[in-house]
Formats: sequence, C-alpha cells, structure tokens
Amino acid sequence: MKFLERIVENMEPKFAKGAKLEKLHPVFESFTTLAFTPKEVTHKGSHIRDGVDLKRTMMTVIIAMIPCLLFGMVGAGHWHYVSLEAMGESTGVDISSFWADLGAKIWYGLGVLLPLIIVSYGVGLTVEFIFAIIKGHSLHEGFLVSGLLIPLIMPADVPLWMVAIAVAFAVLIGKEVFGGTGMNVVNVALTARAFLFFAYPTSMSGNSVWFGGQPDGFSGPTALGELATFTSDDKASWAFQSISEFSSKYTMEASWMGYIPGSIGETSAVACIIGAAILLFTGVASWRIMVSFFAGGLAMSALFNVWGANEFMLLEPLHMIALGGFFFGGVFMITDPVTASQTNTGKFIYGFLGGFLSIMIRVFNPAYPEGVMMAILFMNVMAPLIDHYVVQANVKRRLKRLKTA
Amino acid sequence: MSKTIKLRKGLDIRLLGEAEKVKTSVDAPETVAIKPPDFHLLTPKMEVKAGDKVKAGSVLFHNKYNDKIKFVSPVSGEVADVVRGAKRRILEVVIKADAEIQYEQATVPALENMSRDEVLKTLLDSGLWPFVRQRPIDIIADPDETPKAIFISAFNSAPLAPDMDFIVHGQDELFQKGIDVLSKLTDGKIHLNVKGNGAPDAAFMNAKGVQINNIYGKHPAGNVGIQIHHIDPLNKGEVIWFVNPQDLIIIGKYFSTGMFDASKIVALTGSEVSNPKYIKTIIGTNLSKLVDGNIDGDNVRYISGNVLTGEKVEPNGYLGYYDNQITVIPEGNQLKFVLTKGWMAPGFDKFSNSMLFPTWLTGSKKFRLDTNTNGEERGFVVTGEMEKVFPMDIYPMYLVKAIMVNDIDAMENLGIYEVAPEDLALCEYVCTSKVNIQSVVRDGLDVIYEECM
Repeated sequence: MKFLERIVENMEPKFAKGAKLEKLHPVFESFTTLAFTPKEVTHKGSHIRDGVDLKRTMMTVIIAMIPCLLFGMVGAGHWHYVSLEAMGESTGVDISSFWADLGAKIWYGLGVLLPLIIVSYGVGLTVEFIFAIIKGHSLHEGFLVSGLLIPLIMPADVPLWMVAIAVAFAVLIGKEVFGGTGMNVVNVALTARAFLFFAYPTSMSGNSVWFGGQPDGFSGPTALGELATFTSDDKASWAFQSISEFSSKYTMEASWMGYIPGSIGETSAVACIIGAAILLFTGVASWRIMVSFFAGGLAMSALFNVWGANEFMLLEPLHMIALGGFFFGGVFMITDPVTASQTNTGKFIYGFLGGFLSIMIRVFNPAYPEGVMMAILFMNVMAPLIDHYVVQANVKRRLKRLKTA
Repeated sequence: MSKTIKLRKGLDIRLLGEAEKVKTSVDAPETVAIKPPDFHLLTPKMEVKAGDKVKAGSVLFHNKYNDKIKFVSPVSGEVADVVRGAKRRILEVVIKADAEIQYEQATVPALENMSRDEVLKTLLDSGLWPFVRQRPIDIIADPDETPKAIFISAFNSAPLAPDMDFIVHGQDELFQKGIDVLSKLTDGKIHLNVKGNGAPDAAFMNAKGVQINNIYGKHPAGNVGIQIHHIDPLNKGEVIWFVNPQDLIIIGKYFSTGMFDASKIVALTGSEVSNPKYIKTIIGTNLSKLVDGNIDGDNVRYISGNVLTGEKVEPNGYLGYYDNQITVIPEGNQLKFVLTKGWMAPGFDKFSNSMLFPTWLTGSKKFRLDTNTNGEERGFVVTGEMEKVFPMDIYPMYLVKAIMVNDIDAMENLGIYEVAPEDLALCEYVCTSKVNIQSVVRDGLDVIYEECM
C-alpha cells in the first residue's frame, strides 16, 4: 500500500491551502479518507481514542441492508414476470415459485435496482459535495446509508427522474439546511419517499406501480392496498369478502418471507430480521427503539383484534406486522439515531408510539394504505419533545435534592 | 456508616505497560519546574526572578487575585528561568536543583492545639494549599469557604494508573496526620473511598476520623467526582474539597517535621516503556532522568498523567504538579490503509467499547494503542454510547450540547456543578464523532466560574 500512500502524498500539495485546487480540498479529503485513516493525532483531552468512527458505523448499516437488497432484486424480477404472465405474455420464466428461475429474476431486478442506486447516490452525493465544498469540510458519511435506503423504499416502477428530484429535495431540505449529518430533524430517506408520495402520488401508490416493467392495463395492488378496501362501507368495493379470504391469498408464510408485492426492499420480514440481527449485535441500532417499535405495532393490532369494528381490524397481529414496510421501517428507519429520541427512556416511548401509530394509520386512514412512513416521520418530529420531558425529569430530581438538602 | 457503591457503567481500557510493583530510584533531577498552567484559572504573580536562590518550601509565586495562596519550590537551588508563552503567560518556573536539598524549616505547633484558622494559615503559608482542590469547577480550593465534606479517593482507576495501595504502603502515620489536618477544616465528614474489590492498604483501612466507603466498578469509579455524586452529591452553592493520597502525605510530613518534602512516587507506564516501574522522585521533576534508556522507539508521546486526562510533555519536560504517573505511548501520525488498519480492517489491534470491533473476542488481551484519532470529527450521530461509560445521573450529551451553545441555565440544570473534565474523559474516548468533550466541559466550567461563582 506504500504505492497508494505515495500517490496520496504527492497529490496533497495540489489541494493544499493557497494551491490551485484549494477549493476542491474537501473532495480530495473525502476520497483519501476512504482509503486511509488520516494522520490526525489527538491534541486535546484524551490521548487515545476508540477505534470506532462514523465510517465504520455507517458501513455496518449498509451491510445490514444487503439481505433486503438481494431479496428485493429477486422480488423485482419475480413480480415483473408475474405481471407479464398475468396479461397473457409468455416469458418462459417459471413464476410458480418465488425462488425458481433465479437467474432471470435477478438479472431483471439488477436492471431495476442498479439505475435506482446510481441515481440515488449520484444525485445525493453531488448535493453533499457541493455543500462540503461551500462549507469546507469533508463529506460526512450520513448519505452513504440514506443513498441505499432510498432505492429500497421505492416501488419498482418509479421513474428515475422522480427519484433524482426526491433525493435532491431530501438532502437539501431534509438535511443540509439544518447543518448536515447529525443535525437533521426528520429521516432523510423517508423525506425523499414522502416527497414523492405527495408530489407524485400516482407513481408511489395505487395498483400499478409495484410490478416493475408491467404491461399496460395490468393491475396489481399490494396486500395493504387490498386490505384498505375493507375500510369502505360499500361491500362491493372490498377486495375480499372476509379477512380469512385475505389470509388465504396472502398467507402468513408468504408475508413473513416476503413473497408479496411491495416496495423493493421492504417486503421480506426475514431479510429485515437478518439486518436487525447485525444492527443489534453491533449495537449500531438501539434495541430499545426496535423492540418497543414492534411491541407498539403488536399492541395496536391486538387492540384492533379485540375491537373488531371492521374486517381489517381482525387481521392477526403477527400477520399485520409482516405486511408492508413495518419491518423495514422498524429495523432501518425508526432506529436512525439522529432523528430518534436520544435518551434511553425516551427511546422506549418513541419506538412504542412509532409502532402503535403505524398500525393505527394503516387501519384508520384509507388514503395511506401504509402508515409506517407517516408514523415514523411524525415521531421524528415528536422525538425532541419526548426527550425534553425525560431530561426535565432529571432536572427536577436535581432541584428536589437541592431543596431537601 | 460506610457506604458501598456499586457502579455498573464504565470502561477499563486494557493497555500494555502496567508498572511492575518495584520501587526504584533514579538520580536527583538537575532541574525541576512548577508549571502554573497545572493550576487551572490561576494567574500567577512572581515573587522570584531568574538567578534568585531558593530553598525547598520557598515561595515562587502567588495567586495574583488572592495572595494568600502561595506556590513553593519543591527543591532548593537557583531559579534558572521563567518561561513565558503567548501574551507573556508564565508557563514554567524552572529551578536548577542543588545536589542536596535544603529545606525551609518551620516550627509547627502540635496539631491538637491548633484552631481551624491556624491550620488554614499554616497550609497557606507553607505552600501546601494548592494540594487542596475543590468541586465544582475542579480548581484549587477557595480558603475562605467551608466545604460540606472532604473527599479522598484512595485508588485511581484510570488506564495503567499507579496502585495507590502500593504507593502509600508503610506511610500510615503520615497519612493519618494528613487526615487529622483535614479534619480541622470541615465540620462535615471526611470520606475515604477505597476500591471495593481488592485489599486496600492498612494505611487506608486503619485511618481514623474518616468514613471509609467501598467503591466497586470500572473506571471512572476512582474519580472523586463520581464518588461525590453517589455519596454526597453537590448542589448549586455547595463546595466539596478533595486531596490526593500522596499529596496528603506531603501535608502530613509538613505537620510532622516542618519541612516541605515534595518527594513522591510516580509510575512510569505505557506500551513504549521497556521496564514499566515505580520511581521515587519529586514534584515537578524533569522527566529525562526518569525515562532515559527505558523507552522503545522514537515516534512516541510522553504524557504526564494517564492517557485519558494527562498532559502531553516533551521528553525533557516536567512532571505535572498533581500527577502520579508518566505514560509513554506511540504516536499515531501515520496513514492507515482502510483494509489493513483503517475503518474496514478486522481491527484486532483496536480497543473499542462498541461491538463494531472484535475487542469483545480478545478476552483479557492488552492493547498497544496510539494517539491517532481513528476517524475525523463529525456532528453527534450515535446516541447512547456515552451513557454506557458515564456512571452519573446526568445526561452527558445534553450537558455537552448545552455547553457548546453556552446556555448557562441549561448547564446548571443538567448538572455541570457535579462534573469535571476528567469525569467525561471516557465519553470523549468512546465518542464516534471524535468530539473533544473534555475541553468543551472545561470551557463550560470556566463560564460558570466567571458568571455564577
């Protein structure tokens, strides 16, 4: 590695203060620090520092997303061929089983995902670099995760230009205006999704976006989209006559494994659980948030079960949380430490309410068949309030001691 | 009435280079220096100039704003130099030491017959006062105040810290004398806090007139601030004084003999020391004789104190006033390639409190850590990591943020009176975003001192 080291050292002067490329120093620094931990030594305070840094932390999240990414790739291919077959085209790809003809499915999925990832990173990093140059600091690592999260929460059929606009919006308005990585109020990836959801609703929900490259006239809603029809008073508009009929089409097993249509990376609870295991073991994600999020979701579903005002409410809690983006949100979104509660007590409250509201929005509001995004964004905004009360309790304890002393 | 405190939070950083339990001696240093920056917030007013002859115990300078607080020479000899830095700030008062130390001889009346004021005056006039420090703010105590209690931490839990039991062994009488002196200063209790899991030395266990508390737990359990928080927490407006055991022995010696005998035992530690050991020396000693021929490698950092809170010094620099330890570790000023030693490496050579490195696999392996920051400074992203190593009922990140935005009300509410930079040293160590938390806390305390004291 001496060779690379020499290249870096030879290039350094060109970007130094006063040199021609001074303005691009942040860019130079961002790339060299990817390859080499800098020579920077401690000057103040503790002379030694923990090995951990933000790059390694973010890398771990990316690794944890890989199962979802791979599963999403197969899924994108599978549902594409399903839609073609449904319209009577003969593709020669075996769609009887999710895992059959993997090669063809992965190939198609790659064609869907790769452009999405390239656009997401390309646009996001461009904005980040512009800010890095203006502010004169090297690239902060936050977007490395957001950039991969965004493709995974998009429907397979989303136009690339929309993704580009959404990413630019999310990075600019969601993050950089607040000061960059670590300063944002709401989750960046969800900001991108929310932007598209409200700006281009027809491309983000409904019956014709989930099956990538589908032929015209094909209709394929998600499980949640079909469930949402139960909330209508008009029985004729119901997709199923009863919840048990729903459960036989979207079985418990298929829902957990992810053999159902949905956004690219969100469908498989199992893939999310693998990611969750990595995040929890390494401690990158807070177990307090994750556990309480699922507890909240199960609690709300169980409450609905008891209430039973419509067929939707009767869906089993374990089935309910396996659908839609509940797992993906609970593992990768709500655990984002910047936008979550920061106190240990607050994390329990924050996570629980997040899960609770996700299911509530899902069941009550037919306009949002999936409530996870809205619930998490809402909780992001509420997190500082939760922390405020937790911290005030600590302050009061201290004042009380003063008075009794 | 002794209390038992069990702390679950904390972190023991396993470093190579623990001092072997042998007391050795080296030749007396040629020069000795007292460094005014060791006494935070002090503005010194010189009483001697270069060329003056001094004895051990002669006043070198006093506090410009409180001339009762005097600072004396630990050795006899000639004032060689008054080293000044930016804005003519005095950095070092260097004394060329005699081969044989001549002491200022005072007659100290029997302690039993002395009143509080007489004890106080003796401590101030003899130059012993700087050994008595206070919380909050973590500075030399204000002699005009009365503390609600006095704390002595009988152990140091910092990485590679010297074993106080070993150091004070056999000095029971002097230690007791020191405690008797302190007991004149407060109506409250004197808390002597010993390590719970271990066999504290007889000098501690047999001490009279103190409340002995057992403290269990990892670093920072030995920090007096943590002990105060759990035993007799500080509220706004209250003051607690604290003294190091070795400094207390120096006080005890003075009250026994009338001489300012500043000799102490320091531990020479760290992975770059060939033979880590205990050395009998003197306050403010020049390091060169202590470390000569005992250091591996050139690219090393000398630290007066421990790796978490110590001060970087030159190889021919001087021991800090309160320090009982010298640590020598490698400098980390090399590029580290990402896959072998950088952020994507397996990282068996790195000690981490997070599960992102396989430190948890390495059992009791000891590490050779360098001074590299292992990453660049960022905004706070990861939450909850500081709380794991900070055993106080305080939210460290909120406190640090309050200090950063200079919000005095928030600082007070969040408990700034109870902390010192050293208490948050581990928070700084584990911080993923590499924020210099100790200097932030120091700034906050300075603001509080200015505005609220």
